[in-house]
Amino acid sequence: MNSTSTLSSPRSDATEQPAANRDADAALVEVKDLAKTFEVSAPWLNRVVEGKERQFVHAVDGVSFRIERGKTLALVGESGCGKSTVARLLVGLYAPTRGTVRFDGQDTLAALATPAGRALHRRMQMIFQDPYASLNPRWKVLDIVGEPLREHGLVGDLPALRARVAELLHSVGLAGADCEKFPHQFSGGQRQRISIARALATQPEFLVCDEPTSALDVSVQAQVLNIMKDLQRERGLTYLFISHNLAVVRHVSDAVGVMYLGRLVEIAGKQTLFSAPRHPYTRMLLDAIPDIHMSGRARTPVQGEVPNPLHPPSGCAFHPRCPHADARCAQERPPLQSLPGLQVACHAVAEGRI
Amino acid sequence: MQAALVRFLDGDVWHSFRKSPMAITAAVIAFICIFCALFANWVAPHNPFDLATLELGDARLPPAWDEEGKAKYFLGTDDQGRDILSTLMFGARISLLVGVASVLLSVVVGVALGLLSGFAGGKTDALIMRVCDVMLSFPSILIALLIDGVGRAMFPNAHDTLAFAVLILAIALPGWVPYARTVRGSTLVERHKEYVQAARVIGVAPARIMRRHVLPNVLGPVLVLATIQVAQAILTEATLSFLGVGVPPTQPSLGTLIRVGNDFLFSGEWWITIFPGAMLVLIALSVNLLGDWLRDALNPRLR
Repeated sequence: MNSTSTLSSPRSDATEQPAANRDADAALVEVKDLAKTFEVSAPWLNRVVEGKERQFVHAVDGVSFRIERGKTLALVGESGCGKSTVARLLVGLYAPTRGTVRFDGQDTLAALATPAGRALHRRMQMIFQDPYASLNPRWKVLDIVGEPLREHGLVGDLPALRARVAELLHSVGLAGADCEKFPHQFSGGQRQRISIARALATQPEFLVCDEPTSALDVSVQAQVLNIMKDLQRERGLTYLFISHNLAVVRHVSDAVGVMYLGRLVEIAGKQTLFSAPRHPYTRMLLDAIPDIHMSGRARTPVQGEVPNPLHPPSGCAFHPRCPHADARCAQERPPLQSLPGLQVACHAVAEGRI
Repeated sequence: MQAALVRFLDGDVWHSFRKSPMAITAAVIAFICIFCALFANWVAPHNPFDLATLELGDARLPPAWDEEGKAKYFLGTDDQGRDILSTLMFGARISLLVGVASVLLSVVVGVALGLLSGFAGGKTDALIMRVCDVMLSFPSILIALLIDGVGRAMFPNAHDTLAFAVLILAIALPGWVPYARTVRGSTLVERHKEYVQAARVIGVAPARIMRRHVLPNVLGPVLVLATIQVAQAILTEATLSFLGVGVPPTQPSLGTLIRVGNDFLFSGEWWITIFPGAMLVLIALSVNLLGDWLRDALNPRLR
């Protein structure tokens, strides 16, 4: 908590002191100690009759990171590690149990609750995983892509809306005439591009992409990723990119955060992370990628199962699967520590054992 | 509108209709019944409510194919000398009016509460669902009788329109529960879909998301349920009228006709009660069959 206050004080009077901390000024999104707990208890009556206790899943447990303007942060991790929950917390779909999300200096949760803060919805948008579920099957593309424009009163009349929607469709490589069609008349890749066009409609600065390519086949993945990279170059977009595909992450990201069981275990620049991973879990993940150039190297397959998030292991959540774990790892939870060029949460790294 | 029609004719539902002889037969019968009922004023050979045309000498005539029958009265006459065929058409009009109106009312109430329940969740959801459970634990005819009885006691000299309103309310009130449950279930599924979340990220207000996104996507099962419930409501109305607490006697429905005819059944004048009964069966059966077909046609797993 202390570190939070000392960090935030120079930025809050940054208006008076423009030269104060340029690095902090450049961060568009700043997440501090973010946590989200879901209650998964049995119904009240069952708890009373059967004497069960209330149960909680700590989907996200104290995650902090920052994304600089115009950059891409990728979050990777196994299924169920809380990546998607982080995405939903950032755009306000969930209210955090603890912690803050600051967007361009203002607390998003507080801002979204106020009428004036609704404008914040225009500045950050989300691209969803499943292109078959993310478009209302009964709406025409014109209405789907036009919804944010209408909602925020960005276009005057129908001809203006048509023109703007056609323009948006062009920007993702679709034809303007497609706006009269329904979602079921498109392929998965085309649907995902419609979804991107909708997210771009309000000209946002920040896009949260929740596994935008995992439901697409490989040839289409590249197409969608390239469109996203082009748009980033043209419009200076900032991305939070959620994925479990390390090859995709390597292609799109500037920095990479590795999550394990709701916690961030390592965060580093792309080059650093892929060339010199520090955390044992990151190493395990990278070693699991089959690579023809590494054919001579011994590979450590990912061992063990992801623990039950209802009863996470004590101390470091990774210690039951970690080859370097000792008694301290089983008792004490490692904090995220800054090393040159990266941050890592591991006792073994901190003690210099690995 | 035209585009919607083209889509419909091109779609699976119309195709499945054309392939189903049962559905076509049911639709034809239902159409004839509804047409005769709606346009009874023009279709019916006599006006049973025009006292000037009634001849008491023609009372209790058997159907035309009977030796004593008159060709003028194809299905015979009742004790007042009214043409049975004409009273059937006028009676069916009342029955359909009450049936459709009460179903519409319960659909509106049920869909609204179900949508709210599924979307709001938490305490609102628990409250609405417990009310549903309580409603379901009473036989619906009992609730209808209760409301109708209270309504009559409160307004003893009520105008006909008010009597109709009370009757429709009495049938609609126990009827909203299945809609609420169906819609709640579908809403719970839909609201977690990503297009609803996308709308929330855009900043669309919850009420607007419910109305514009969720509602159109949960109406399919409601349509099926409503079709089947129309038949059910007509039968409930007939039951209430048969018990003498239904529509006012000046506006006889099929149920009233059956009750009146029942008095003559044992004196051999069967046609007074059998024909309204047959008409009731025909309407209920055809509407039910249409509902069954619609359920199958809209269920992707049965295609």
